[in-house]
Amino acid sequence: MSNENVIQVERLTKTFGNFTAVNAISFEVKKGEIFGFLGANGAGKTTAMKMLIGISKPTSGEATIAGFDVYKHAEDIKKNIGYMSQKFALYDDLTVKENIAFFGGIYGLSRKIIKEKSKHLIEELGLVDVANKLVGALPLGWKQKLSFSVSLLHNPKIVFLDEPTGGVDPITRRQFWEMIYKAANQGTTVFVTTHYMDEAEYCDRVSIMVNGKIEALDTPKKLKAQFKVEHMNDVFLKLARHTE
Amino acid sequence: MKRFKGFITKEFYHIFRDKRSLFILFGMPIAQIMLFGFAITNEINNVDIAILDHAKDINTTEIINKISASKHFNINQYIEKESDIEAIFKKGKIKAVLNFENDFSKKLVKEHQASIQLITDATDPNTANTISNYLNAILIQYQKEINQDITLNYQIIPQTRMVFNPELKSVYMFVPGVMTIILMLVSAMMTSISITKEKELGTMEILLVSPIKPIQVIVGKVFPYIFLSIINAIIIVTLSLFIFKMPIQGSILLLGLESVLFIITALSLGILISTISETQQTAMMISLMGLMLPVILLSGFIFPISSMPLPLQLISNIIPAKWFIIIIKGIMLKGVGIQFIWKETLILIGMTVFFIVLSVKNYKIRLE
Repeated sequence: MSNENVIQVERLTKTFGNFTAVNAISFEVKKGEIFGFLGANGAGKTTAMKMLIGISKPTSGEATIAGFDVYKHAEDIKKNIGYMSQKFALYDDLTVKENIAFFGGIYGLSRKIIKEKSKHLIEELGLVDVANKLVGALPLGWKQKLSFSVSLLHNPKIVFLDEPTGGVDPITRRQFWEMIYKAANQGTTVFVTTHYMDEAEYCDRVSIMVNGKIEALDTPKKLKAQFKVEHMNDVFLKLARHTE
Repeated sequence: MKRFKGFITKEFYHIFRDKRSLFILFGMPIAQIMLFGFAITNEINNVDIAILDHAKDINTTEIINKISASKHFNINQYIEKESDIEAIFKKGKIKAVLNFENDFSKKLVKEHQASIQLITDATDPNTANTISNYLNAILIQYQKEINQDITLNYQIIPQTRMVFNPELKSVYMFVPGVMTIILMLVSAMMTSISITKEKELGTMEILLVSPIKPIQVIVGKVFPYIFLSIINAIIIVTLSLFIFKMPIQGSILLLGLESVLFIITALSLGILISTISETQQTAMMISLMGLMLPVILLSGFIFPISSMPLPLQLISNIIPAKWFIIIIKGIMLKGVGIQFIWKETLILIGMTVFFIVLSVKNYKIRLE
């Protein structure tokens, strides 16, 4: 982890009519950091994330992603980030290889590079036997690991993961987090939203959003000390109750 | 460009791996054209009729022979009394009954007139009408024959000529209609479904986050359907040309260009539908109810627009299919050139631009 900030957010706000979904949030994320973005359903996590990845325009505030301004350089941001949504988002009716080739293609990778990466990735994920099978036939855990690898295909500076481990078993979740660590070690910044509080413990730092605001932001260790509890779960519950 | 090519390849994988969409794409046009060409027709052939002949004399026998000699009718049954008529209609096989009065020949000679009662089953009014017309024609013909020696003082003889479709083949009317329906269905429904499918699966989000531009996504999704629709148009025209011997009087090139224009109109409608629907099911319902029904009912394909009530006539103007049917009928049957259909062409172009502008506006709002 270096001291270079790859995400810098200043009083970022999004309103829909009278409703303020995201209320002046500010934070920064360092290069190679695993940043947990926590919050209950409806707290504004997804809206905030959509502004950061350039598919939703902020109402006010500033945000710089990978050195680019979200208002002026949304197209440059797109080239430098990877994204994996909470809905599983590869094509079920394409094979593993075709999915890799397609997503590599839309990120502008050359056919040669796609071929190399595809081979490497399939071997690494242990998908050699099913490389020519339709993705729809794979178990959910495999699909999600594949989906994560695909979002890293173009070596993005930052990868945004929106509840990536929803619905998978604990073993797969563990493996998934190993992949996240590996990516972070190679210098990719990981911005991850999650519901699982044990996963929050794996993050370098976490922020907890309640009703559109960031109510806590620190390392899991410090947060637990601050709230005098054993588990992140209790930090979360205390915060949520506190503001109710 | 390379991104775009990859996108289109993917789109073809989607289409060719989905048996259902393949069936809609290629099975439907062929099935429809065959159905409309062979089964659904305005002509009547081999209609079963029954005879109730109270006279059984020379004239009635001659008339009956004439009727049975025609390929349109098949005398299925002779009945003896009036009370049987209702019963045989209820059975449903017999569509018309001819009832000759007593002493038919005698009355004809003595009183110079005799009557025949013609009863038709009007549960299907169109067929009943046609049957009655055909039978009347046979009777008038017979009347002429027996009056050959007598010259009437005044005679009006209409000389009817049916231009552009002298044999009144109904397939001439159905081919343009079916072609319109198919192109509308394939282009508008299939594209709106395939775009909303990406929304529903969440892949649209991934595409919007990627560097590929939204316009590329839309064009990439639409392009394969332009291609497939053109193939469909070719299949339909070929079938009608070789199986139904439908002529193309005008320029094939013009027909092709106008078809491509209509395909693009339908595609832009499909895009518009996809911008207002979140799920594939909504897209399909809107396409079916909002497009198919008006195309079938209000385009002039089956029901003539001129005999509709004024409000419906006005509504029919906003249906692209109406204009396209006028265009292809003009080219295929009348052999007209662009100088006769430029107005309709301009209307289609205008509609296309309107749909595209509206979709772009809608699409932007979505992204906010």
